[in-house]
Amino acid sequence: MGKTIAEKILSNHAGRDLKAGDIAICDVDFCFGQDGTSSIIIDSFKKLGVDKVFDKSKFYMILDHSAPSPNLGVSEIHKKIRQFAKTFDVGVYDIGCGVCHQLVPQKGHVTCGDLVLGADSHTCTYGAINVFSTGVGSTDLAITLASGKNWFRVPDTIKVNVSGKMPKGVYSKDIILHIIKDIGANGATYKAVEFYGNAIAALSVDARFTISNMAVEMGAKIGIMEADAKVLKWIAGRSRKDPKPVKADADAKYITVKNYDISKLTPQVAKPHAVDNVESAEKLSGVKIDQAYLGTCTNGRLEDLEIAAGIMKGRSVNPGLKFVIAPASREIYLEAVRKGFVEAFVKSGCIVVGPGCGPCVGTHNGVLADGEAAISTANRNFKGRMGNPNSFIYLASPATVAASAITGRITDPREFKKRL
Amino acid sequence: MKHFARRLKTQDNINTDYVISGRYKFRIQDPKELAKHIFEDLDPSFASRVKKGDVLVAGENFGCGSSREQAPQSLKQAGFYAIVAKSFARIFYRNAFNLGLMLLECNTDFIDDGDELELDIEKGKLKNKAKGLILDIKPLPPVMKKLLEDGGVIEHFKKYGGFKFEQI
Repeated sequence: MGKTIAEKILSNHAGRDLKAGDIAICDVDFCFGQDGTSSIIIDSFKKLGVDKVFDKSKFYMILDHSAPSPNLGVSEIHKKIRQFAKTFDVGVYDIGCGVCHQLVPQKGHVTCGDLVLGADSHTCTYGAINVFSTGVGSTDLAITLASGKNWFRVPDTIKVNVSGKMPKGVYSKDIILHIIKDIGANGATYKAVEFYGNAIAALSVDARFTISNMAVEMGAKIGIMEADAKVLKWIAGRSRKDPKPVKADADAKYITVKNYDISKLTPQVAKPHAVDNVESAEKLSGVKIDQAYLGTCTNGRLEDLEIAAGIMKGRSVNPGLKFVIAPASREIYLEAVRKGFVEAFVKSGCIVVGPGCGPCVGTHNGVLADGEAAISTANRNFKGRMGNPNSFIYLASPATVAASAITGRITDPREFKKRL
Repeated sequence: MKHFARRLKTQDNINTDYVISGRYKFRIQDPKELAKHIFEDLDPSFASRVKKGDVLVAGENFGCGSSREQAPQSLKQAGFYAIVAKSFARIFYRNAFNLGLMLLECNTDFIDDGDELELDIEKGKLKNKAKGLILDIKPLPPVMKKLLEDGGVIEHFKKYGGFKFEQI
């Protein structure tokens, strides 16, 4: 019987042949925590009573979710993380470096065929470069930090084929919102998702990260793709690790196969307060917006900034609306400065904040007031997510967010078709 | 100890942001302080109604979203004996058992807030005393059962110097 990508990668890391449903102990190639989860990683690690980490080069802590610190409580957590890193001689990406899910692949810590755990639910992002990466809690991460291992249940896999030429004004964010609408917030729970098709192949690696990033929003353990030439080139410029691309067998067993033709897809928006509550941007046009946000592990990459800058250049943010932009890493920020995107944003009246998670988790950089609505490129629109349970969050592509920032209402970016 | 059901108006897809908001989890480290704010965005008075030994009852996909361990930690600290739902999201599922908090899957359609419940884990039965109903609980997977018996993954790991599951 043939094997899925998940079955193969977990077999490779368990040292024995595994199939869906099996439980195994696997060696982990890289693990990390962020500033919202590392405090408990440290506490749990100390409770384990071990005196060293399994491999200093395979663990990082990244200060991104609430950085720079907006209050005393967070400052103490950041200090605790820095002190632990010093004591155990492990790496920290401190405030200003960027979002964990940009830094982990960009800094070359992971490569094709790796098994990666992160104490953050969007760790599934690196599935786009053929990594079995998944989110766990802090104590699970501490176990791996101490031992280099963890236990895994080999997931069943859903095969998703995405075909068709992407229409102008439609982006990978629209594709994944469309898929989540169909599969549902609970539709892939405990399962792996493998993405295929000419529409995926046509996307840049940056755009593919957006799709894998949101696999967890339908409950998936991983959202993985095969490594093609684009992926190998992307990795070659960043990682010194030897890539071990893993493909599924032709006779691999899938529990479901889903087919999507995106040639007629239009820009999509997830409405409050659920990610699978998706509607076309066109149908929502007219919804008044108070804040726009471009950034996050979903859509804070150079390509995203370029798309938004193309729309914003020479235009102004709608009076009264706040448009916050957070590049996903320092390198992206710098490149956006060099290419003139930052200048275009600032001249338009946008607020470009430091690299990191920005206002996505509601701790700083633009907390919404009662009754306010935001349109954001993030991956979650749960009630209260941006700091206020009495506010409303719409999720969309960078193009839809930028177009909406200009008009002050939800806007199909195809209204700015000369800029796309 | 008597167990009473506690239910929110929201049934399905209760995410970990709702269990404990990012507003609190990023700045408060003390689990007792965090436990005062559970489900605040859905029902501000909910936390004050929870008593030790209560059973939290929900629908599908409980605990979806963020990996924050503060979610099961706060629920355990609040005094919940167990959580019963139709299904759980995977990260939350692992996190809860890692901390020694029991999660049980069963049809929760016939359990209301305040119902007195009796749990027989060995026989896999949940008795709703208020309604005179006996419901089947899905058997606990052996790994989860072992983690619970050992008092969570940290104690398990310390006891055996690593993982020790019979089926591996």
